[in-house]
Amino acid sequence: MYSQGLIGADSRTEETPEFLEAFQKRIDAEEKIEPNDPMPEGYRKTLVRQIGQHAHSEIVGMLPEGNWITRAPSLRRKAALLAKVQDEGGHGLYLYCAAETLGVTRKQMTEELLSGKAKYSSIFNYPTLTWADIGAIGWLVDGAAIMNQIPLCRCSYGPYARAMIRVCKEESFHQRQGYELMMSLAQGTEEQKAMAQDALNRWWWPSVMMFGPHDSESQHSDQSMAWKIKRFSNDELRQKFITATVPQAQYLGLSIPDPDLTFNEETQMWEHGPIDWNEFWRVVKGQGPVSRDRVKARKTAWNDGAWVREAALAHAEKRKTRKMAAE
Amino acid sequence: MALPDALLELADDHLVLGHRLSEWCGHAPMLEEDLAMPNMALDLIGTARSLYTRAGELEGKGRTEDDLAYFRGERDYRNILLVERPNNDFAQTMLRQLYFAAFMEPYWQAALDSTDDVVRGVAGKAVKEVAYHIRHAGEWVIRLGDGTEESAERMQEAVLDLHPYTGELFDEGSVEGEGALPSRAAMHGAWEATMKDIFAQALLDWPEELGQMRGGRTGQHGEQLGHMLAEMQSLARAHPGAVW
Ligand SMILES: [Fe+2]
Ligand SMILES: [Fe+2]
Ligand SMILES: [Fe+2]
Repeated sequence: MYSQGLIGADSRTEETPEFLEAFQKRIDAEEKIEPNDPMPEGYRKTLVRQIGQHAHSEIVGMLPEGNWITRAPSLRRKAALLAKVQDEGGHGLYLYCAAETLGVTRKQMTEELLSGKAKYSSIFNYPTLTWADIGAIGWLVDGAAIMNQIPLCRCSYGPYARAMIRVCKEESFHQRQGYELMMSLAQGTEEQKAMAQDALNRWWWPSVMMFGPHDSESQHSDQSMAWKIKRFSNDELRQKFITATVPQAQYLGLSIPDPDLTFNEETQMWEHGPIDWNEFWRVVKGQGPVSRDRVKARKTAWNDGAWVREAALAHAEKRKTRKMAAE
Repeated sequence: MALPDALLELADDHLVLGHRLSEWCGHAPMLEEDLAMPNMALDLIGTARSLYTRAGELEGKGRTEDDLAYFRGERDYRNILLVERPNNDFAQTMLRQLYFAAFMEPYWQAALDSTDDVVRGVAGKAVKEVAYHIRHAGEWVIRLGDGTEESAERMQEAVLDLHPYTGELFDEGSVEGEGALPSRAAMHGAWEATMKDIFAQALLDWPEELGQMRGGRTGQHGEQLGHMLAEMQSLARAHPGAVW
């Protein structure tokens, strides 16, 4: 689904000052950097890590929503959810392709995900407990993803920017669909309303945390901003998200679980209360409620599928050999 | 048998198989299959929805697609046993898909001349979709049958497990051949030709004598369908009358 404020990126570079300056000039002139262009190693590494994390997030993100495909309460919702989860898989595929233009393979990236070396958005380490979670994820998680990703459509790296344009269109469809799902619950029976409120209670703070640490705590932002990989700071994006989302919750008749939420008349922005960063770091470090389950599910799928992938390769080899023999 | 019942049989086949495919979502052997299987599942569920809606209209008791899908139990479901077989492994899933699609392709071709407008519309869309299902599943049956030793063994095992369920595809109800829906028995030649062609490329033996399993059309299902429906229907049944 989405990209989080980058975790653990190392963007140091060792190139000559002239080279770096020439590169920065291209960036400042808003030129797009393409795969074969010279680029600082730090730029390449930062992008590999960011695009990889984003791709892994799309793939792991299929699991929490996939958890409800077989129980969707109507055929219309079942088809919509299946299509949504499939879209996320498609996003993963474009993003792996974009990362591959920087000299890594999908297989390497997958191995890093399975070994725990590569991160993915920690929002997916929370469980989907009720059907309303499907609405909350579409509305809030895809909503937060859009806030992060719209600026990435102007990212200085061409293949990433182009992938984001396509992805953003689908994410905004997901967001509307999720909100519409929440609406039908909010207008439904008492039990459905309670389900919707409970989902908002559980998904609100993790969604707010999706934008990453406060700007004052975020070490890698400055270089990413200078390289125009990132266009807005974590706090700016978080602020935009909250300001867009609070009126939507009010319209649904649901309350946001933040007693300190206040409207700033001067800035015309909604401002949130204190965020529990201990929880954020706990989940980032792999101690989220279902972190181990998520990685295990990916490992199981990968390991169980090994014989299929091997067979496909063996068959392709056989075909090639037969074709050569026939020629 | 009246037309609404015949449409229900067809709708149940599609929903049950679509649901089975959807169980793979997020757990496929490779990302490409995590896109391809939901794609086929969406086709099947889409077809099921149109058929349920039409069955409900013709029945005239005001039952919607969701009433028919979510509020009938395993003794009322009328799908053939083939489509409810569990996914087991990827070889079984692809072979099951191929057996079914190789039947539905000529069936929908014939249904393009249906006397029922809705059936004609469904057929027009489905005929293209199942052609893709045959291609996709057929390619996998060939790759796995003629891949590694392990994949060939698994494929052969899938044939032994699933072939006995194919005879039920061709069992006629009483409404077939009357104009709204084609004869099922008449599809046998086309089905066998498609299957034998793919089996030859997959280096699989065509099983001549395997006892045939039947019962789905009369509600005599295997043990697994009840579990599938229990899961599928749990939320809808916990909130009867709710709108989602
Ligand atoms: Fe995303
Ligand atoms: Fe996505
Ligand atoms: Fe999405």
